[in-house]
Amino acid sequence: MENRSKIWLATGLLALLHGAVLAAGFVAPYDFAAQDRDLPYAPPSRLHFVDAQGKFHLRPFVYRWMEQPEGSGNYVADTSRAYDVHFLVGSRSGARRLFGVDEPARIFLLGTDAYGRDQLSRLLYGGRISLLAGLLAAALTLGVGLLAGAIAGYCAGWLDGIIMRGAELFLALPWLYLLFAIRAFLPLHISPAQAFFLLVSVIGLVGWARPARLVRGVVLSAKERTYVLAARSFGGSDFYLLRRHILPQTLGVLLTQAAILIPQFILAEVTLSFLGLGVGEPVPSWGNMLATLQQYSVLASYWWMFLPGLALVPVFWMYHKLADSLHGAAL
Amino acid sequence: MRYVATRLIHSAVLLAGVSILTFVFLRLAPGDFFADLRLDPQVSAQTVAALRAQAGLDQPLPVTYVRWLKSVASGNLGFSLAYNAPVAPLLWERARNTLLLAGAATLLAWLIAIVAGVGSAARQRGIADRLIGGGTSLLLAAPELLLALGLLALAVRTGRFPTGGMVSLGFAGLSVTGKIKDIALHAALPVTALVLGTLPVLVRHVRASVLEALRAPFIQAARAHGIPRRRLLLAYALPAAANPLASLFGLSVAALLSGSLLVEVVMSWPGMGPLLLEAILARDLYVVIGAVMFSTVFLVAGNLAADALLYVVDPRIRVR
Repeated sequence: MENRSKIWLATGLLALLHGAVLAAGFVAPYDFAAQDRDLPYAPPSRLHFVDAQGKFHLRPFVYRWMEQPEGSGNYVADTSRAYDVHFLVGSRSGARRLFGVDEPARIFLLGTDAYGRDQLSRLLYGGRISLLAGLLAAALTLGVGLLAGAIAGYCAGWLDGIIMRGAELFLALPWLYLLFAIRAFLPLHISPAQAFFLLVSVIGLVGWARPARLVRGVVLSAKERTYVLAARSFGGSDFYLLRRHILPQTLGVLLTQAAILIPQFILAEVTLSFLGLGVGEPVPSWGNMLATLQQYSVLASYWWMFLPGLALVPVFWMYHKLADSLHGAAL
Repeated sequence: MRYVATRLIHSAVLLAGVSILTFVFLRLAPGDFFADLRLDPQVSAQTVAALRAQAGLDQPLPVTYVRWLKSVASGNLGFSLAYNAPVAPLLWERARNTLLLAGAATLLAWLIAIVAGVGSAARQRGIADRLIGGGTSLLLAAPELLLALGLLALAVRTGRFPTGGMVSLGFAGLSVTGKIKDIALHAALPVTALVLGTLPVLVRHVRASVLEALRAPFIQAARAHGIPRRRLLLAYALPAAANPLASLFGLSVAALLSGSLLVEVVMSWPGMGPLLLEAILARDLYVVIGAVMFSTVFLVAGNLAADALLYVVDPRIRVR
């Protein structure tokens, strides 16, 4: 496939995914905190078209899960009544949901967790946190990197020396250790929203060195171009030269870096939340959803608890393809 | 000789910089080891203040830094408040375990990467190349966390591999070969996770640099002389491709260290990862700093080794 169409395809798919996650309030059948204590670790509901009597239904339906015997964790489908899947249903809170089934049945397309919360809903709501953390942290990193790189490249001299030595320092650190160390001495018990912004700023501020170096290189070569010298000789101010002629040159590098950094930062959020240093319950993030797998019993028995981790694979795949194509296009 | 000397000085400056940076970050942050104690109504404010003074946490930043430097000079690396012991012995044991893991993974990953990368470059767009290419991009998208959890699930389900720790219960009673076997069995899963995590990047780089070398004029000349393909690849192209790979070696050590942090926690390998996590949760200042410093030292050592390797494999550097 041609490079340009690859870029559009990857961007389109990622936009779709981010759209679904942002519209979690509509796409997800339940709220992320809605519990059903009677249905811990219920397996994914199966969609049926043919009922127990062998009759064919045009509309898909589910059976209700019953734990049998009670407390055993063994679920059987109660085939006495079929619950049709309805689309565009009004929920208890008044908001419209994409699909749902009548009470008392529940539709768990991806199973439930320890508190009987719907995995699909939590996956979608959790994606908000994890994917957004990657995007915001990358924006922060690129902003800081652009600023530092532009100053270093344009001003040169001692300022350049200081900034670049600092960048080397940050590049030399094993960054997960640094991330941990900084997170270590920030308050541990904070609200999920605070934790989210704290995480984004810590992750974002640790990674500025690489983009800064790349931007500096571009700025260094761009500022010697003849058209920039011409603009300067016409009396263009430093700010004007940077904004109009030099910084637009860095766009390609910044886009490629964004596609490389975003998956790294998503993973950083997931890792920290997995270890209990990030966003905490009841707000889901793909990291803290995976944290239940630290219990061996869960790890061995309930495959659907792996889904937040498996969801990372296509996301990363698309970002990697995007980065490759962008890099190819820039050459 | 000058080359080595400048590298060493560079590393020393870097280490000093890292230590100052972590110190500043950690001391500027709110809260310390005694923060939770302050909430306890049974402990008076004076007691907490006295404890803090005893630990030296009430001193200004430069003073604590100089004290810490003195402690480093005497080989203690500060004092752990949670363990009530000097940091260095604690870290040494954990660092040894981490090195064991990371070292084995580095060796294995590079061996596989060179075989797969050269094989892939030998016939560009051939079947092997396509398979390896697809495999690496899939592995690249699979995070280490997922790999580790997946392997662990496999271990729990099959019961073939131990699911945590580094040694079995009856370790002390085993013979020397038994001990080695036991540790190897425990290390198998974490090492596999680490190798799978670092492999894709390495394979891609090996392939790219061998392909690059194959395009060089002297290879064309060698081919024209009728030198067989295998010999061309291994004796001509691979050494020419060694320069970028030697530089990558240092980076791969960094990636393995960061990766092993997580894998150790997931697979409860008694390395620096779990120690660091505990220290973070207990806000044990000097253990955190010690762990960061240790990992930086490993990293610097990895880079130095890469530079030395470069010096050996690339005659152009020796001339300079």
